[in-house]
Amino acid sequence: MMGTVELNLRETELCLGLPGGDTAAPVTGNKRGFSETVDLKLNLNNEPANKEGCTTHDVVTNSVSKEKSSSPKDPAKPPAKISRAQVVGWPPVRSYRKNVLVSSQKSEAAAFVKVSMDGAPYLRKVDLKMYKSYDELSNALSNMFSSFTMGKYGGEEGMIDFMNERKLMDLVNSWDYVPSYEDKDGDWMLVGDVPWPMFVDTCKRLRLMKGSDAIGLAPRAMEKCKSRA
Amino acid sequence: MKEDRSEMAAKDVELDPRSAAISEPLSSSSSSPAAFNAVVSAGNKSRSCKSSLPVTQPPCPGHVLENVLENVLQFLTCRRDRNAVSLVCRSWYRVEAQTRFEVFIGNCYSLSPSRLTRRFKGVRSLLLKGKPRFADFNLMPPDWGAQFAPWVAATAMAYPWLEKVNLKRMFVTDDDLALLAESFPGFKELILRCCEGFGTSGIALFANKCRQLKVLDLIESEVTDDEVDWISCFPEGETHLESLSFECVESPINFKALEGLVLRSPFLKKLRTSRFVSLEELHRLMVQASQLTSLGTGSFSPNDVPQGEQEPDYASAFRASKSIVCLSGFRELTPEYLPAISPVCANLTSLNLSYANISPDILKPIIRNCHNIRVFWALDSICDEGLQAVAATCKELRELRVFPSDPLEDSESPVSALGLQAISEGCRKLESILYFCQRMTNGAVIAMSENCPQLTVFRLCIMGRYRPDHVTGKPMDDGFGAIVKNCKKLTRLAVSGLLTDEAFSIIGEHGKLIRTLSVAFAGDSDMALRYILEGCPKLQKLEIRDCPFGDVGLRSGMHRYHNMRFVWMSYCRLTRGGCRDIAHALPSVVAEVFGSDVDDDDDNADYVETLYMYRSLDGARKDAPKFVTIL
Repeated sequence: MMGTVELNLRETELCLGLPGGDTAAPVTGNKRGFSETVDLKLNLNNEPANKEGCTTHDVVTNSVSKEKSSSPKDPAKPPAKISRAQVVGWPPVRSYRKNVLVSSQKSEAAAFVKVSMDGAPYLRKVDLKMYKSYDELSNALSNMFSSFTMGKYGGEEGMIDFMNERKLMDLVNSWDYVPSYEDKDGDWMLVGDVPWPMFVDTCKRLRLMKGSDAIGLAPRAMEKCKSRA
Repeated sequence: MKEDRSEMAAKDVELDPRSAAISEPLSSSSSSPAAFNAVVSAGNKSRSCKSSLPVTQPPCPGHVLENVLENVLQFLTCRRDRNAVSLVCRSWYRVEAQTRFEVFIGNCYSLSPSRLTRRFKGVRSLLLKGKPRFADFNLMPPDWGAQFAPWVAATAMAYPWLEKVNLKRMFVTDDDLALLAESFPGFKELILRCCEGFGTSGIALFANKCRQLKVLDLIESEVTDDEVDWISCFPEGETHLESLSFECVESPINFKALEGLVLRSPFLKKLRTSRFVSLEELHRLMVQASQLTSLGTGSFSPNDVPQGEQEPDYASAFRASKSIVCLSGFRELTPEYLPAISPVCANLTSLNLSYANISPDILKPIIRNCHNIRVFWALDSICDEGLQAVAATCKELRELRVFPSDPLEDSESPVSALGLQAISEGCRKLESILYFCQRMTNGAVIAMSENCPQLTVFRLCIMGRYRPDHVTGKPMDDGFGAIVKNCKKLTRLAVSGLLTDEAFSIIGEHGKLIRTLSVAFAGDSDMALRYILEGCPKLQKLEIRDCPFGDVGLRSGMHRYHNMRFVWMSYCRLTRGGCRDIAHALPSVVAEVFGSDVDDDDDNADYVETLYMYRSLDGARKDAPKFVTIL
């Protein structure tokens, strides 16, 4: 079958839903609402349960789990991957059409960069050209590294904080991991400074730093910001 | 002669199941309907006339009736009318069978090829559909079936006058194409939609052998690149070609040969090229074929950077093509060149821009002139703003499709309720809509239901699963409810977003003409499925995925599965036991169960990942692959 053209790592993840849709980390509209160039949130934690009128789905998921003695995924804790990963065959667009869209965009060289996360046993590589925004990159990174995180803070509060906060220092302080990147000049910057296309051009490698290490980064980032403005 | 009731019970040869009451022993003496006398003599044998009258004697009244009937029936082309006719009595059944030239089979597994050839003797045109639609979305493992081979073998023997084959979602091999070309000397039309299994070598052979070919349309099919120059394989001399469509063939084309072919095809009206035809090449084709009515423009991108005056005058080529009413292609569009199509815009009835990432600013000057457009396909890159421009100009719009440029669940979608609302207000004659977005409001959907009462097809795909109305936070029940209540002609519905059982209660009650229903990630319980199956009297095709529906819900439809084309349920809550019970209770229904994991997981042996259930006259198919279990 077609569909092998895309390198999107999300697509290679198994997303077979449990009966009733283990995919039940139902999504609301408002989580997507922040500016893509500044507020990068890295969701390394489980999706918070959606409160808006979707409690029935939680019930469905739980009752379903009783039917099966052993399930491939533990239904008690919705796996972080499912909430961000794409479900198989959804949205219902023919692979023919998806592939055509990919090939119709005049192909430029892929922009592979290494991604390391402090404490993780190995590196990953991502093709920055596969993403259109910081949001997408964030999703992909969180999928990739979710198995390593021990992030325990309630995602809800974290997210509400990020919603409207634009102060870099506050962001840095509340994250467990801070995404930083090495640019063409060899400087380490905070991800989210610059417009996305510029980021894709200048980013040479990514590093997810522990929050505490990143504090030194922020002032420099802001300086560079000012010098570019 | 034994009565064989089961022969007639297949809706999938589009007959009415009530015909089980009338059985017809199909005698092998019926011959070509073209021979008037032969028909009469065939009638002679099964008539109760005592004396065997020679053909030259005046026919008895019964025969007169059959002759008259035959002459009348030739005006009946609609298959549903023909099905009704065939139920009247044995003699009408017989005559109808002899005069049906065009056969439609909605599910290739609903009957065997031999059954087809036994009943109908003079088939000239065959339309076959194979895999169910959800197979397009990776929900079905490859090699599931729907092979064309047994059909081409059977028809090769039975129908030497076969001239038209139209296949959708079938597996067609190069050998099948070869056999097709060899068996039918007068073959005229081949249309392959969403098919796979063949390559350019098969096409080459086919093109070479079919000297009477009028139509070769390869649409959204997967064609392997065997590195064969198939375009050069068309025979020399003038062709009969009226339509040539190869947009989906992903291999470079010998342009010189294509140009030569177009030059010697004076009847060519529809030409849809692949993206391997550049803008300069398209220009040359257009100049040579100004009689075209339908044009697939290929890449619509120049090969070389133009050097001033050397650039061809594309607009003038379009100006010269006064007959063009349908435009598609634009596979690798360089937006600066799009205005070249302006001269034909006022005449266009169909415009497909859905492979081009077009912004509102690029679209607006073009669409402003498209007053006569009836069919418009585009990517959501045109944004709500583009849709507003469409609504302002395209008052004749009947069909709109808006595809996602970024078909991912969490992407930013540039179209929303605003665009839908605008379309509903501007395009009052709308009959069919397919709309992808990330989120929607009930208000916009209700507005469409009120503004567009002619809707027969409403397919809204809110890509974010379980998304409620993003303004009120309520489920999308009211919106879809309004659609089924207000759009009285609705025959096809696809729902999405957050939906409770209540929505399905309304659909079941008001969806009186719905034939096709697609449901994904919706509903609270089995009640939703019950509402559908106990309502929607005309439901034929039901496709469901990821809904909390189980055996109880499935059981509530037992009374009607024999009357439906198929039911598809994947990632629901069905158990093998439940499906097996139903399969055993309904002998005319075949229940296939399979999953994407080819190796069976013993722990989950009872869990049914996918159920595909359809009625069949000839029982379980013999070509099921290992991963399919037929209960």
